[in-house]
Amino acid sequence: MTESEASPSGWRTATVIRIEQETARAKTFRLALPHPSPHLAGQHYVVRLTAPDGYTASRSYSIASAPDDTNEVEITVERLDEGEVSTFLHDEVMVGDDLEIRGPIGLWFVWNGDAPALLVGGGSGVVPLMAMLRLARRGARSDLVRLVVSVRTPDDLYYADEIMGQETTLLYTRATPPAFPRPPGRLSIRDIPQPVAPGVRGYVCGSSGFADAASDVLMDLGIPAERIRVERFGPTG
Amino acid sequence: MARFTRGFGGRGKANRDPRLPPGQYDTGNKWPVLTAEVTPRLDTASWTFAVEGLVDRPTSWTWDEIHALPPSSFVGDIHCVTTWSKLGVTFSGVSVDTLLEAAGVQANATHVLAFSHTGYTTNLPLADVTGGRAWVAWDYEGQPVPVEHGGPARLLVPHLYFWKSAKWVAGLRVLDHDEPGFWEQNGYHDRGDPWLEQRYQGD
Repeated sequence: MTESEASPSGWRTATVIRIEQETARAKTFRLALPHPSPHLAGQHYVVRLTAPDGYTASRSYSIASAPDDTNEVEITVERLDEGEVSTFLHDEVMVGDDLEIRGPIGLWFVWNGDAPALLVGGGSGVVPLMAMLRLARRGARSDLVRLVVSVRTPDDLYYADEIMGQETTLLYTRATPPAFPRPPGRLSIRDIPQPVAPGVRGYVCGSSGFADAASDVLMDLGIPAERIRVERFGPTG
Repeated sequence: MARFTRGFGGRGKANRDPRLPPGQYDTGNKWPVLTAEVTPRLDTASWTFAVEGLVDRPTSWTWDEIHALPPSSFVGDIHCVTTWSKLGVTFSGVSVDTLLEAAGVQANATHVLAFSHTGYTTNLPLADVTGGRAWVAWDYEGQPVPVEHGGPARLLVPHLYFWKSAKWVAGLRVLDHDEPGFWEQNGYHDRGDPWLEQRYQGD
């Protein structure tokens, strides 16, 4: 563990080198880092915006890219209509812009690529899990990973041209593509590929409601609560 | 002087609520849930809260026993490290002072480690949980604290970032040294003062 991973104390300037539209409401920003800054799959960066009067706003965004040697990272940002930072990133930021960032942050919701992992993501909760899937594929350890992704409709799937594969199970809660075998509906125990690997660790990411429901499914499968790591986001009432 | 971000005007300092620490925004009526663990279902019939460690009388209270202690409320603001703040909230429960006095904190004590029924821990200087600055809270706005927000009872240390206010709190271990808790071992600050933006280790 380098100091920058455990103690990301400094703000640094990264340059936006690519922007891709993932869905109607999500964009991926590829950032060139000012100096090497290895991350773990599952970590996040904080992005800080500063107005001319000194006012700042910052938010955390999960890293979508696998750890690699490019000195670049990708974050995927969902546009929230009331979101001061996400609307700016979506509506104003262009390739070539500089952004202040801090990270990578987080040593809990991380997967090191060497132990069985069951990844369950809802909607934009797939982002840190995508870093884990990409790490598994990079290391030719797809056998260790099962990814279950829940989205509302086909238009809501991130990384659609890359995410499918032997590791991945996809389900829709509201509407499916034509001839999709599973009817739309919420995640259930039948959606998890079984049997699960002995000693598997669960990684659950999504809205709070999704996270609770997915945790219950994993516990129903016999995975103990202490082997389930959860990352939640999004407001509740 | 930080560089400013091209094109970012922000919502401006002028009409910013002075109750908001730097880098925080007002989440209004929303109360985001941020938890790294599975939400536990705790039964108040078997719930306990303990004060242990460097105390004269290690003490454990049941749900009924802790409710029989003198009640205490907090009205004010809470601040999450993920940058939301919630202003003008009300919690009720018991002051941590009451609990520590019952157990009798020893003279060499300097810190506490709060621990939860889930295994979650967080460390705090003794001075931050005494003097009317910390509570074990079971009511929020006159209703039971929802389970996803730490119910049936959570620690409440509102002058520090909210990860210090351990959900599902099970007790306090009184120590003569600082012992990093869950998030503190994972890169977050040992004290967590929002007015000093002590978010991460090294701040």
